Amino acid sequence: MAQILQDSILVSNYIKGDECSLGVLIERHKQRIYSFIYSKVLDRDITEDIFQDTFIKVIKTLKKGNYNEEGKFLPWVMRISHNLVIDHFRKNNRMPKYDNNGDFNIFSVLSDTDLNAEKKIIKNQVERDVRRLVDELPEDQKEVLLMRMYQDLSFKEISEKTGVSINTALGRMRYALINLRKVIDKHNIVLTN
Amino acid sequence: MAKNYTKSSFKKKNMLPKKETIDFLLNYSKALSVINYKRMKFETLLN
Repeated sequence: MAQILQDSILVSNYIKGDECSLGVLIERHKQRIYSFIYSKVLDRDITEDIFQDTFIKVIKTLKKGNYNEEGKFLPWVMRISHNLVIDHFRKNNRMPKYDNNGDFNIFSVLSDTDLNAEKKIIKNQVERDVRRLVDELPEDQKEVLLMRMYQDLSFKEISEKTGVSINTALGRMRYALINLRKVIDKHNIVLTN
Repeated sequence: MAKNYTKSSFKKKNMLPKKETIDFLLNYSKALSVINYKRMKFETLLN
């Protein structure tokens, strides 16, 4: 209890401007927080980073006066570090890394970009379906969409070729896409490779 | 004698952040100031 009381006093002293209080708080809880992070990520450098980010967040929150959990300093800091650990794993899932140590496999980095037979067939089918959908569009929208997507013309060039303003061409393109999406949704068409 | 092939769990001793990390945090705290202006909060780092 005395410990909790002291934490809350240190926190309020720190908020009032006593920088030394932060040092005491870090000193008091560093081992528990650091071990907690390490137990999750099992890497010294990452633990160090997350530990640092945790306290940067603590410092910012306290200095902004957004802290309102007096007496529960450690659980609060633990929660911040826990959230940062989750963020770390999420980030790594989005950007998987390849480690080059040990039995490094070059094919984990280089992949065969050519489509296999099955994927080629699927790709052709998808392209054929898209063509058929495009053919269903009103003539003015189809014209703009074909020029933009298949001939790669700019909207300025399209407006010159079709004799309408750029805004009209943009509008037709927009409606073409909306209509395509509508038809795709309506008929539950799956256009994925 | 039975051999134990399981990995030992991480050692608890020496589980402390580097001194540089803590120094950085203390210096960061000293350098950071938050300025309130019309219900807005601005962070400034004075190094």
